[in-house]
Amino acid sequence: MLDIPFWKRLLILGLVVLGLLFAMPNLFYKRVELHNDAITAAERNGFESTEQAEARAGWPDWLPSGLVNLGLDLRGGAHLLGEVHVEDVYKARMDGLWPELRDALAAQRDTVGAIRRVTAPEGELAVEIGNPDQMARAVEIARGLSTPVASLTGAGQSDLAISASGNRLQVALSDAEKAAADERTVQQSLEIIRRRIDEVGTREPTIMRQGEDRILIQVPGIGSAEELKELIGTTAKLTFNPVVGRTTDAHARPGTGNVLLPSMDEKDVYYVIEASPVVTGEDLTDARPSFDQNGEPSVDFRFGPSGAKRFGAYTSANISQPFAIVLDDQVISAPVIRQAITTGSGQISGSMNIEESTRLAVLLRAGALPAEMTFLEERTIGPELGQDSIDAGRLSSIIATAAVVAYMIASYGLFGVFASVAVIANVILILSVMSMIGATLTLPGIAGIVLTVGTAVDANVIIYERIREELRAGKRVVKAIDDGFSEAMSAIIDANVTSFISAMVMFFLGSGPVKGFAVTLTIGIATSVFTAIFLTRMMIVLWLEWRKPKQLIL
Amino acid sequence: MAFRLKLVPDNTQFNFFRYQWLTFGISAAAMVLSLVAVLVMGLNFGIDFKGGTTIRTESTTDFQVGDYRQALDDLGLADVSITEVFDPSFGTDKHVAMIRIGTQDETGSVTPEELNGIEAALKVVDPQVAFTAVESVGPKVSGELIMTAVYAVGAATIAIMFYIWLRFEWQFALGAVVSIAHDVLLTIGIFAVLQLKFDLSTIAALLTTLGYSVNDTVVVFDRLRENLIKSKTEPLIDVMNRTVNETLSRTVMTAVTTALALGAMMIFGGDVIRGFVFAMLWGVFVGAYSTVYVAKNIVLWLGVKRDWSKPDPKDKIDEIPAAFREGP
Repeated sequence: MLDIPFWKRLLILGLVVLGLLFAMPNLFYKRVELHNDAITAAERNGFESTEQAEARAGWPDWLPSGLVNLGLDLRGGAHLLGEVHVEDVYKARMDGLWPELRDALAAQRDTVGAIRRVTAPEGELAVEIGNPDQMARAVEIARGLSTPVASLTGAGQSDLAISASGNRLQVALSDAEKAAADERTVQQSLEIIRRRIDEVGTREPTIMRQGEDRILIQVPGIGSAEELKELIGTTAKLTFNPVVGRTTDAHARPGTGNVLLPSMDEKDVYYVIEASPVVTGEDLTDARPSFDQNGEPSVDFRFGPSGAKRFGAYTSANISQPFAIVLDDQVISAPVIRQAITTGSGQISGSMNIEESTRLAVLLRAGALPAEMTFLEERTIGPELGQDSIDAGRLSSIIATAAVVAYMIASYGLFGVFASVAVIANVILILSVMSMIGATLTLPGIAGIVLTVGTAVDANVIIYERIREELRAGKRVVKAIDDGFSEAMSAIIDANVTSFISAMVMFFLGSGPVKGFAVTLTIGIATSVFTAIFLTRMMIVLWLEWRKPKQLIL
Repeated sequence: MAFRLKLVPDNTQFNFFRYQWLTFGISAAAMVLSLVAVLVMGLNFGIDFKGGTTIRTESTTDFQVGDYRQALDDLGLADVSITEVFDPSFGTDKHVAMIRIGTQDETGSVTPEELNGIEAALKVVDPQVAFTAVESVGPKVSGELIMTAVYAVGAATIAIMFYIWLRFEWQFALGAVVSIAHDVLLTIGIFAVLQLKFDLSTIAALLTTLGYSVNDTVVVFDRLRENLIKSKTEPLIDVMNRTVNETLSRTVMTAVTTALALGAMMIFGGDVIRGFVFAMLWGVFVGAYSTVYVAKNIVLWLGVKRDWSKPDPKDKIDEIPAAFREGP
């Protein structure tokens, strides 16, 4: 165990130096953070202001600039766990389907007889027809309104489940469509929330899906959960406006009654549009990704009755003119009207792939949250409390490390110094790994690091105690150290695997701060094995080679 | 001779089995007492598990909990409790209170209007008061969180049992599981007795304790296995005693370093994390105890096969690395 080839020594040393390098930015947290913020801001805006240039110069570009993310409990901010009521969408879809079904059935009034919508459970559409014996025909008509489900798992299935009993025709979304619709609803909610929060431009918000229908939102630096809720709750403004012209001049004069708006996707392109919209997002009842007659990805959208009327009148008067789809004062796209759209439903097609069509459909509906959201968890942590926690965490880490170092040196002398170097290297490595992978440090995470300081020496203790025993058994120094390392190895491995198992369980089942703790612990286990087995061993070997001791007091 | 701090002298010959019925009895009694404490006194569940709202207030002037309570009485809130928080790191101009309000309606959270009402009411008795943290958890999530916590502890126990079974023998796995149950139960028990807040972070502490305790136990098992290979005829009880004596120094050493680190965190880490650190610190002591007095007793009772079909490690006794071999 004591033969360490030169390249291995270099590797061990190199890893420690690398760790030091990557952990260093955290010492200058504020400065590096400003530096990073300036870079992102400059990238977003396409130019760099003098303050940004100054902030960027505060930290050399060639040094690593990854930082440990501070969790909400350390930085302060708001945390929300929302549940999306996916069923809301079923009802809206059925309400939107009713006029269409009514018109289709009314066209066949001679066969199916008089029709009447009757009350049905939420998310279902029930119609009574005058001639129950012609139900087969009615079902056929209803079936004609269905479209294939546009999702991978539900491909080839119809989006409507149609059943009939007596004179009652019942329409609901099929299970495959419900699943696809739920997915879309949650995705849309996520997209809307992300857009809402990005608009405010806070640093590193976390917006992620949890489970089937939940969304976790964490925004550092925001005043309160209430504020965050208001921000999410505000509806986006979606409008369809006539296009007057297209320009690349950001200072073009739009003229009276017109406005100049930037394009969302094309850089340096601006549209002059009429300020008063033809229809607005409130008229839109649905937008879904689909395929046009050529099999190209497109987006189907549908207006409610009044929107349909206005849109129909406008499109029939303006064939081959472009109209703009405007979201929050940005032009999403400006397609050309190919034909009058009187049915209230239309299709946006153009050069896009499935991803883009899905995204556009999401954006089209992103005006308002597609379904209501209730909040299951709300947390607000003030920045002062976070700063107190950081200070307390820092102080206790330093004291803990000092106490462990003192105790180790008192117990093992020089070898205790080696172990102490390893412990400190371990803390540095934990920080550097967390900075590299952008892991989040929470208050329990700090406790995890402190705990690791205590347990990281365990591997060294196992080895040293073993060496003591071997020395007592009368072995020579080198032999005792060699045996100490090799005999201790299996205990070290077993002990760390069991710790690793419980850390993994915490990671997969835990949430928020507990997860942060599990991440720190897992990294700590890996780095402590490295420092105890490789780094300490190398230090001992170097010492042996240098002093060639005949006897050792441990 | 250089100074060496040794809490455990060399070559101890303690007979850890002399009072095994007493020590085991203490463990069993402590487990029963913990269970009784949990059943009778109940756990002081935090909002993670019970739902509701907690507000942390901070004020530069001293306040009376009674004044706060009186101020909130008129608001008609359900199930309000107010406690003052003390911490050595607080200066004389920092006074912190935790206000806990039970679940108000099905969403569980106190509405913003109610929150404003609370703040206004407190401002009347204490103009300096400010809210530094407000947290609400709905009953729906809290129910799930309890189940997740139970699953987490269960899954970790089973996974560790499986690993030990793979690496050792089933008797060892069972011994480890009993000592895990011992540690977990005693930790939950102390939370019931002291009525400390039991929340998600306590579960994390419990899992860490569990990992630590098994870690400790495994080191002893590992040594036991090694000793069993070396001596195939010595009575099991003697081999065990020798093993525990051999590893005692390490058990104490690691418990002390861990306790030193956690102790520093407990004193200087602030009140927010104190419960969490306390649970781990307690777990370290209970874990060290169960390693010495619980896990191996189970293995002793179950008996263990003595013929470990592994090559004798003594075979490689003369392997000294080339670099250190002394000249001819």
